Amino acid sequence: MVGIIGYGSYVPRYRIKAEEIAKQWGMDPDAIKRGLLLKEKTVPGIDEDTITISVEAGKNALKRAEIDPQEIGAVYIGSESHPYAVKPSGTVVAEALGIVPEVHIADYEFACKAGTEAMFVCYSQVKAEVIKYGLAIGADTSQGAPGDALEYSASAGGSAFIFGKEKVVAEIVETYSYTTDTPDFWRREGAFYPRHSGRFTGEPAYFKHVIGAGKGILEKTGLKPDDFAYAVFHMPNGKFPLTAGKKLGFTKEQLEPGWIVPLMGNTYSGSSPTGFSATLDVAKQGELILLVSFGSGAGSDAFVFKVTDRIDEVRDKAIKVKELLENDRIYLNYGQYAKFREKIIMNE
Amino acid sequence: MPSPRYWREIPQRYRLEANKCKKCGKIFFPPRLICCECRGQAFEKIRLSDEGKIITFTVIRVAPQQFATQTPYVVAIVETKDEVRLTTQVADCKPEDVEIGKKVRLVFRKIQEEGKTGILCYGYKAVLV
Repeated sequence: MVGIIGYGSYVPRYRIKAEEIAKQWGMDPDAIKRGLLLKEKTVPGIDEDTITISVEAGKNALKRAEIDPQEIGAVYIGSESHPYAVKPSGTVVAEALGIVPEVHIADYEFACKAGTEAMFVCYSQVKAEVIKYGLAIGADTSQGAPGDALEYSASAGGSAFIFGKEKVVAEIVETYSYTTDTPDFWRREGAFYPRHSGRFTGEPAYFKHVIGAGKGILEKTGLKPDDFAYAVFHMPNGKFPLTAGKKLGFTKEQLEPGWIVPLMGNTYSGSSPTGFSATLDVAKQGELILLVSFGSGAGSDAFVFKVTDRIDEVRDKAIKVKELLENDRIYLNYGQYAKFREKIIMNE
Repeated sequence: MPSPRYWREIPQRYRLEANKCKKCGKIFFPPRLICCECRGQAFEKIRLSDEGKIITFTVIRVAPQQFATQTPYVVAIVETKDEVRLTTQVADCKPEDVEIGKKVRLVFRKIQEEGKTGILCYGYKAVLV
């Protein structure tokens, strides 16, 4: 049995409310909140980035996995906000978690689905018996241009998953990927903010790939939506995952535990992995969970997980996503947010 | 912080690695080569607990250039559960939230950048729990 043997998440304490951003740009806060179903989003501290978020999420995954970090043979980090253009985030993360030096490290990038890419490769490496354990992390300090619709959602956080064959918490039943060349969202080399093609990001991009991957894995496994206890879809805003779930035949109740976007925002590579982590926090033995990511450019990875009885042993060994999202929040005004996100040009 | 020095200090800055004298049991952080208690030279490598409490602190209002955007911020002496004391910034709080005796946890944060094009220096900071 190959699957997740430990999982953990991390979310910064800072938040900005949707109305605070709307006020800045003369927009109607109620229309924004109603349209995107977003209340607030997480903001990284001035000293936080994809590396620090990955380390804290990785520590929580290790607490649940209860293994010697030295036995981890691969560290893969998916993000579109790696702090270095050249120098892998994974080197710092593996060093901080005590995994070096006998380890294979790579950083992944595929817009918002880089985290599930890392998960897919770790799973494959363990299944092929190339490594005993693999650590996959999806984390981001997402960027959205000032005044752009993305500014209401682009947030910070991430989740880490350790894959192995023993002491499995959630077995991987099946995987499926669906990818095409679709220019819906991109960032050119050297550009600070990403760009997107507005409404084109919906039907031909998000829905085509999420639904394509969802239908594909249901056909491949012969499972029906009501066989699943929960489903998690990538969350660029509040509405898209609910619509995708409905189109595939899932109810809002099945999506509810992993639908963390109203309080977290879109954490890009950390979005669907953290929704999945929040779902594991409440899942029970024998339950099936569907996870479908989406990365612009564009593609989706789908996974079917079956939860084992070990979930009850590990659940309380690290902080849960709900606690991370609801406890110890520090709210920022737009000026503080602009400073934290380095949107103000300073002298050297 | 020059790059080679930062690199040399990675074990203690990233993983809180200390050494414990095999003769008298005293823990040193950062690690030392000779025990100042018993002159012992044999040490066991240990990792400090990430849980601790504030022994004392000060508020920095006029900071070095690389920390100037963070003022006012707190720098504290924290005692870990292993009874080892270290100096660290206290993150994610206002100065008025910090009190002697308050419990903290040591977390992994970016400490500073070597300018806009240099390396990023990571290490530990405390957060109130």
